[in-house]
Amino acid sequence: MAEERRPKQCTVVLPTESMKAMAESIGVGQLQEESCAALSEEVSYRIKDIAQDALKFMHHGKRCKLTTSDIDHALKLKNVEPLYGFQSQEFIPFRFASGGGRELHFYEEKEVDLSDIINTPLPRVPLDVSLKAPKEQQKTESTEPLKAVKPGQEEEGAIQKGQGATSAEAKGKKDGLMRMKPRSTHELSVEQQLYYKEITEACVGSCEAKRAEALQSIATDPGLYQMLPRFSTFISEGVRVNVVQNNLALLIYLMRMVKALMDNPTLYLEKYLHELIPAVVTCIVSKQLCLRPDVDNHWALRDFAARLMAQSCKTFSTTTNNIQSRITKTFTKSWLDDKTQWTTRYGCIAGLSELGPDVIKTLILPRLTVEGARIKAVSDGPVVSNIDKIGADHVQSLLLKHCASVIAKARPLPDNVEQYRADYGYLGPMLCSHVVKARAQAALQAQQVNRTTLTITQPRPTLTVSQSGIGGSGGSRTPSIIKVPSSLTLMSTRPGTPTQPSPPATKYIVMATSSGSSSTQQVITRTSSSVTSTVASATSTLQPLVKLESGGSGGLGGSRPLQKYIVVSLPSSSSLESKSGVLPPSSSASPILLEARIKVDCSDSPGASTQSPH
Amino acid sequence: MAAVQDGQLNLEVEKDIKTEITNDGSGNINASSSSPGSTSSGGKSKSPAGSGEDQQTLLAVLQFLKRNKLTESVDILRREAGLSADADDSPVSESAGAGSGGVPSVGADGGDANSLLSRVSIATPVAPPATAPPKVVAASGGEDQPDVNVVLSAYSQQGDPVLYPLYYNGLKKFIESVLDCHRAELSQVFYPLFVHMYLELVYNNHENEAKQFFEKFSGDQECYYEEDLRILSSMSKKEHMKGNETMLDFRTSKFVLRISRDSYQLLKRHLQERQNNQIWNIIQEHLYIDIFDGMPRSKSQIDAMSGSLAGEGKRDANKAKVFYGLLKEPEIEVPLDDEDEEAENEEGKPKKKKPKKDSMGSKSKKQDPNAPQQTRIPLPELKDSDKLDKIMNMKEATKKIRLGPDNLPSICFYSFLNAYQGLTAVDFTDDSSLIAGGFADSTVRVWSVTPKKLRRVKSAADLSNIDKESDDVLERIMDEKTASESKILYGHSGPVYGISFSPDRNYLLSSSEDGTVRLWSLQTFTCLVGYKGHNYPVWDTQFSPYGYYFISGGHDRVARLWATDHYQPLRMFAGHLADITCTRFHPNSNYVATGSADRTIRLWDVLTGNCVRILTGHKGPIHSLAFSPNGKFMASGATDGRVLLWDVGHGLMVGELKGHTDTIYALKFSRDGEILASGSMDNTVKLWDTLKAFDDVELDDFTAATGHIHLPENSQELLLGTYMTKSTPVIHLHFTRRNLLLAAGAYNP
Repeated sequence: MAEERRPKQCTVVLPTESMKAMAESIGVGQLQEESCAALSEEVSYRIKDIAQDALKFMHHGKRCKLTTSDIDHALKLKNVEPLYGFQSQEFIPFRFASGGGRELHFYEEKEVDLSDIINTPLPRVPLDVSLKAPKEQQKTESTEPLKAVKPGQEEEGAIQKGQGATSAEAKGKKDGLMRMKPRSTHELSVEQQLYYKEITEACVGSCEAKRAEALQSIATDPGLYQMLPRFSTFISEGVRVNVVQNNLALLIYLMRMVKALMDNPTLYLEKYLHELIPAVVTCIVSKQLCLRPDVDNHWALRDFAARLMAQSCKTFSTTTNNIQSRITKTFTKSWLDDKTQWTTRYGCIAGLSELGPDVIKTLILPRLTVEGARIKAVSDGPVVSNIDKIGADHVQSLLLKHCASVIAKARPLPDNVEQYRADYGYLGPMLCSHVVKARAQAALQAQQVNRTTLTITQPRPTLTVSQSGIGGSGGSRTPSIIKVPSSLTLMSTRPGTPTQPSPPATKYIVMATSSGSSSTQQVITRTSSSVTSTVASATSTLQPLVKLESGGSGGLGGSRPLQKYIVVSLPSSSSLESKSGVLPPSSSASPILLEARIKVDCSDSPGASTQSPH
Repeated sequence: MAAVQDGQLNLEVEKDIKTEITNDGSGNINASSSSPGSTSSGGKSKSPAGSGEDQQTLLAVLQFLKRNKLTESVDILRREAGLSADADDSPVSESAGAGSGGVPSVGADGGDANSLLSRVSIATPVAPPATAPPKVVAASGGEDQPDVNVVLSAYSQQGDPVLYPLYYNGLKKFIESVLDCHRAELSQVFYPLFVHMYLELVYNNHENEAKQFFEKFSGDQECYYEEDLRILSSMSKKEHMKGNETMLDFRTSKFVLRISRDSYQLLKRHLQERQNNQIWNIIQEHLYIDIFDGMPRSKSQIDAMSGSLAGEGKRDANKAKVFYGLLKEPEIEVPLDDEDEEAENEEGKPKKKKPKKDSMGSKSKKQDPNAPQQTRIPLPELKDSDKLDKIMNMKEATKKIRLGPDNLPSICFYSFLNAYQGLTAVDFTDDSSLIAGGFADSTVRVWSVTPKKLRRVKSAADLSNIDKESDDVLERIMDEKTASESKILYGHSGPVYGISFSPDRNYLLSSSEDGTVRLWSLQTFTCLVGYKGHNYPVWDTQFSPYGYYFISGGHDRVARLWATDHYQPLRMFAGHLADITCTRFHPNSNYVATGSADRTIRLWDVLTGNCVRILTGHKGPIHSLAFSPNGKFMASGATDGRVLLWDVGHGLMVGELKGHTDTIYALKFSRDGEILASGSMDNTVKLWDTLKAFDDVELDDFTAATGHIHLPENSQELLLGTYMTKSTPVIHLHFTRRNLLLAAGAYNP
């Protein structure tokens, strides 16, 4: 045991090659092997000696890290001139390189142009030492509020309590110790606070126009990461409150915020999933989401949220956090429960089916018979309640919608009704007709080329259907800002040969729009690339990326006519085609987002004012 | 080779005879019995091999003893040599017949040996044979660093390098086979033997054998010797030994072992039987075996005390009387009563105040029998301002919180921000109004932590304009323009490792890597004196609790006592075998404690300059020391993360507090001594119940006499609280006069 701790100490010496290299570096060639060996032993001894002295300086400097100055001081002890030029505070400036079977540590010495140094402005003076003590001796326990106020911030100063220190006074002391780290890192500037207020108010306010702008800002603004913890808490708290109050409208608004956050390429949500995922899942599976379940269309919210869930699974699920499998398990568990209400049942199925055809195949198809029987019991049996009936209907159409496309691909061609009934029970015949329809549609699409742009005119399925007041407003907002003539978008890949990728084709659409007082010219770049597979769930490729590039020098000056180039990457046509029958969410949603986005870019949103033009 | 050994044996015998003679003079017969027999019997065991010379020598010795009527020694020698009375009677009579013949032969032999002896006595000037403890103490008390070459030549004795591992292994096997109670004690021999055998091999240029020897046996050594072993392992050539300080330490100072008589006899017998001269020589020359009568110590007892560079302290080293009591407080009558009356009027609790005042009065009047005389060392006279401060102190003391396990102190942490790992030392004034920090960038910074800002005295030209008669002249001399919360003192040219305020808050001391100690005025914020004496980094410095004197210690292993008005040290305390890492004054200012990298603590008498205590037990360099307010106890913390508690009067370890995981840089007793606070590099402050720790130790006469104490394993019971910082090592602790605990450290992001 002791030997393990002390690996052969006395044998560690520098290799003789080092001696040779050092000798060469000072101009002594041809060093004999014997002298090398003698030298290396001597040098190793001296180095160890110096290192041991340097350790003393480290200890007395009350540090845990040996610095180059410690070595200098140790050399000074031995009346050796210190090494100059290694004054680095933080790390030892050696680089490592290997190659040709040799490993080499070297000191990176760059040639420095003095004029560069002279001309560069002086770096900021480092902050001076300051003494900080807790302002007041706290006797009360105030740790809890502190923790709650700052979301997303790790709890600092994990104070361990020693034995017996349970008195309240001890807590006060801990607090004194805890407050050492300045809590300034997450503070927002006044502008940011204003922005946050505006955005959140707009997102849940009544004006749909404002909301669209706000969401657009959230989805595109690159400087939001500081506000992310606040947004995340806002959403999670908002969902919690509004689920209880069955405020469907607000839940929808909040889900749209989640969507916008996810769409923002500069934000990385992983750290906040612990708040967002529960909120989203709540919107999928909650028993009741609105005041009148028989009238209101809460189903659309569930669909939308399920899509969000699927998207975040795709983006963030890793082998360590296992989001997808955990979510799948959660859904499956409550779906399998007999007592689950139809609303929750619907949510579970929606959530699962959005996760992709594989999930549908393995988890939903085997349950179709059971589920069919359950639906049959409700629809054929005595009328228990209207709500149950509506629920069963929705579940049925949901199952048909999702399963049909999967079965159409998986099942060999002869679509026999009886066969279907045997395989899938009550739902069999209906499934059969859906499958047939799906096959026909797929065949039709294969013939038709480039009908993809039609999706632009399709109504938004998720949000327009949802509720009166919200729905339709998006459509009413000057949908003619961009009219993309279908003829111009004919530049897309041949859908018939999905396996053969073609180089992405780019098309520039140049059109002038007048928005506000300034006349702007917009260039829309559409990049459509072929996708090798026609998997319906190509959501990740559908993230529209909108980049704002100010062409002129006065990027954001409102008075001048300015030119903007907006680069929009749209979903590939092939994936759109395959899904056009089943109204895939993103493909239809993206044009609208696109529209909304451009809108924000043209006007000077509060978000745009804080962002720096590139 | 055999001839050489024989010569040496003879020489040993001669030497023994000599020492016996000296012992005879001092009447110390008992001591002589321990070792001379061993060598002579070593000779005896050879006798079967035929050399009658040895036997003859032995007999001559016996004869000599008889002639001097040392019958007891004769008996012991005979017993040890294994000569039956009959068996030796006849040869004795035989040789008695040829008495004149026998003696001259010995004499001739002795003449030869005498020259050898003289050589040896040169070779070991520091170390007379282990048989005469009183002499050893005297010699080691005044021991000097001898010339390197002389020291090294002691290793010149040549043995067969191949046999070294065999010798060692043989001893190892033997010790493993002895009774359990002896094994732990005898195992102590391993480490010094290992070190000296290795050094001998290296010295005699058996490089490879030395390496093999090291690899083979270094794993057996106690883990707390690891650092020394690392240094040792780097030495693989004779030339390396010359400049190496650690090596010199091993050589110049005998490694001290405490072994019970029984165990020692066992060892001796074994070595004699095996004719293990190599080992025996080392034991004779390089080890000091402090033999005691009584039960052998247990492993835990030994482990508690060992670990230092040169073994345990000798028992005799801790025998001197230490006046650990406090000096009598000067009586300041009038103002105190005034204050008390005021307080009474304000609070309306006269009954509570009265007894307190009485107790205070009685305390100051009664002379503590353990206290040194008031004038044992001259102390500065109290100035008016000092008296004022004392009054303030007493006033505060009445508001002091009585601490205990149920009433822990509040801790206020002062963190240094943006220090970039450069904070190296911190000190608070006694009244907690100022904080000083020493930094690696050679600066000293002083902060005021009260609303009162730091002001400089006006320049001389401005001062002359001041009306000296006015009442507020003290206020007027201050330059209001210079008021600020902190001041920076420039002067050092290396990291500042030690810092200390004077008790009257007028001065500040700082010690630095540049080898100087500087005295700064806190009136003008300028450097007054640079004390040069240490040529190497000065690791620590501290003002005496009465001001005027201060102590400093550093890399040169010498602690110096200075007075502020002398540019040369008044005392130099030499004796440590490695850097002096921390220095503390005893509360009565008559003693100074120094902790060292040789893992010992020494207590020095300021008056005589003698070392009065050597305390061993730490397993790493000691980085913090603290005296209890009553002067009776001391606490020390080291890099091994343990705090040890010591009874200064008895020179005994009385407690071990385990819990920290890194170097302890700060220790402080609360104002009444009930609680010990320790701060460490592991970012924690821990509070310990010292009252209980001192109560738990039962000190009977035996333990007090032998120093063999059973330490109770009660660290967890004594630990009252652990308080973690996020990322700030604690490097200083201070109790305010009201028992609020202040801690300081640099935030280390």
